[in-house]
Amino acid sequence: MNAPVTATKLHDCRDAFAATLEKLAANDDSIVAVCNDSVGSSKLGGFKSRFPDRLVNVGIAEQNMVGVGAGLANGGRLPFVCGASPFLTGRALEQIKADIAYSNANVKLVGISSGMAYGELGPTHHSIEDFAWTRALPNLPVIAPCDRIETAAAVEWAAGYDGPCFLRLSRVGVPDLLPADHKFELGKANLLREGSDVTLIANGTLTHRMMKAAEILGSQGISARVLNMATVRPIDEEAIVAAARETGAIVTAEEHTIFGGLGSAVAEVIVEHAPVPMKRLGVPGIFAPTGSAEFLLDEFGMRPASIAEAALAVIKRK
Amino acid sequence: MEPTELERVARQIRLRDLQAVYEAGAGHIGGEMSVIDILTALYFRVLRVWPDQPRHPERDRFVLSKGHTACALYVALAKRGFIPEEEISTFLQPHSRLNGHPNNNKVPGVETNTGPLGHGLPVAVGMAKAAKLSGAKYHTYVVTGDGEMQEGSNWEAIMAAAQFGLDNLTLVIDHNRFQQGAALADTNDLAPLRPKLEAFGWDVTEINGNAMSEIVPALEHRGSRPHCIVAHTNKGHGISFMQDRVDWHHKVPSKEQYDLAVAELSEAI
Repeated sequence: MNAPVTATKLHDCRDAFAATLEKLAANDDSIVAVCNDSVGSSKLGGFKSRFPDRLVNVGIAEQNMVGVGAGLANGGRLPFVCGASPFLTGRALEQIKADIAYSNANVKLVGISSGMAYGELGPTHHSIEDFAWTRALPNLPVIAPCDRIETAAAVEWAAGYDGPCFLRLSRVGVPDLLPADHKFELGKANLLREGSDVTLIANGTLTHRMMKAAEILGSQGISARVLNMATVRPIDEEAIVAAARETGAIVTAEEHTIFGGLGSAVAEVIVEHAPVPMKRLGVPGIFAPTGSAEFLLDEFGMRPASIAEAALAVIKRK
Repeated sequence: MEPTELERVARQIRLRDLQAVYEAGAGHIGGEMSVIDILTALYFRVLRVWPDQPRHPERDRFVLSKGHTACALYVALAKRGFIPEEEISTFLQPHSRLNGHPNNNKVPGVETNTGPLGHGLPVAVGMAKAAKLSGAKYHTYVVTGDGEMQEGSNWEAIMAAAQFGLDNLTLVIDHNRFQQGAALADTNDLAPLRPKLEAFGWDVTEINGNAMSEIVPALEHRGSRPHCIVAHTNKGHGISFMQDRVDWHHKVPSKEQYDLAVAELSEAI
């Protein structure tokens, strides 16, 4: 709790993913990395040089990639299936449903460059629907770590978890937020900052923006709670209900469309268990214009100052 | 089991499948009749499997990618001892684990969930690749429909299998020449299949897929590349009025038709 937001150095979480996977693979021969010609973008170059036989590159063929992952798991391997999130989740969604989730294949899906990481490349390369698509599926935990520490912890957790999961990673730099010894717990939000007037809930690249927004609010005498909610499914109902009851107002922010993502998941809990004023920040249901991820997050009202303004507006509705 | 004995078992499976579809009032009987000889050869001759240890690490893998013919698979699994034979009567009933497409979490002997077409072959490629990585000696078999080969995911997997050198993988294409709505020739004709697979780097064998004497040696063939068996079959094989008729893809026989079909299959037994 109240982790420092003073860290300013930004880190690409893919490096933590790759380093952790290599560390695990060194001790577990069953770990294989499966990719779709994405060795570079998935940061699997180190894995490839250390474990060349255990890098299964199927070429540009995402449907086959996911199916192959399911088969590798059936044959006793522990596959991490890595690809750009828009193509992994969009192109191969039916494989994720039937071969992975419904078949309960012990496959770790790793969506790289999710959200608007490929901002300038345009909406075909934005992955701002992947929470909605994947969280609709039973038996598939959906996880978006907020920093390199949580990324490493989530990869370690995934390797030990007996079942499928979807790790949603970015390539946009984020500062350290969690303590170095952080252990990932599925479905458990992390209280990063205590507060009583409003709760800011985010994951992935938005958590650090929420922390900065909370500081701005603090300077104005508003006490904002910050929850890092990496797990979108199963959602931490207990933390959400407590936040609603104890702070009376909720703001969510995500690098995702506001339809069906983290904000929707939080809203579902609030509406059923503790209705309070709420604002969902994210991409407002459009194909985003050209610009970097950081530019687009600012553009869509997720600059820390804008988040703080949204929080004040929600507090007024109490 | 020798071919003549396998033929007897195949006829028994056809009869039980027919009865199950008739009683359930639904099923995919045409494609079941075409594939039953292949299933019989696999389960009663070729596959190294242990019904009391359905997850044995060294078991041969079998994937029925044309999952809509699940009823035929259930009957074969029951006769082989994976599930009780009397359970076939629950096919498609509320809460039965024997639904219209196989569920690996509920039915022992089922390896992966199929139903949407074009899924089984990629998974089978992963199974065969896993054996290459671990050194396991099992062989992987997968059966697809011929219409199913219109799915692009299959060709992704076909390329990967050749690239990975999967000589421990056998694909059987149940080439009955009909898909749900029409003949392949009138829809998206893939024939001839052999040169296509050969061009993709596979060994190809063409057989009569309803003749046990040809099915068994083809399944037992081992080479240095992935192996495709183009099994020329007849939709509705074994029941005269269903044979090669597209409307028997998922039609259910009337009482009169059922009695006639039972008589034909019983006579053959």
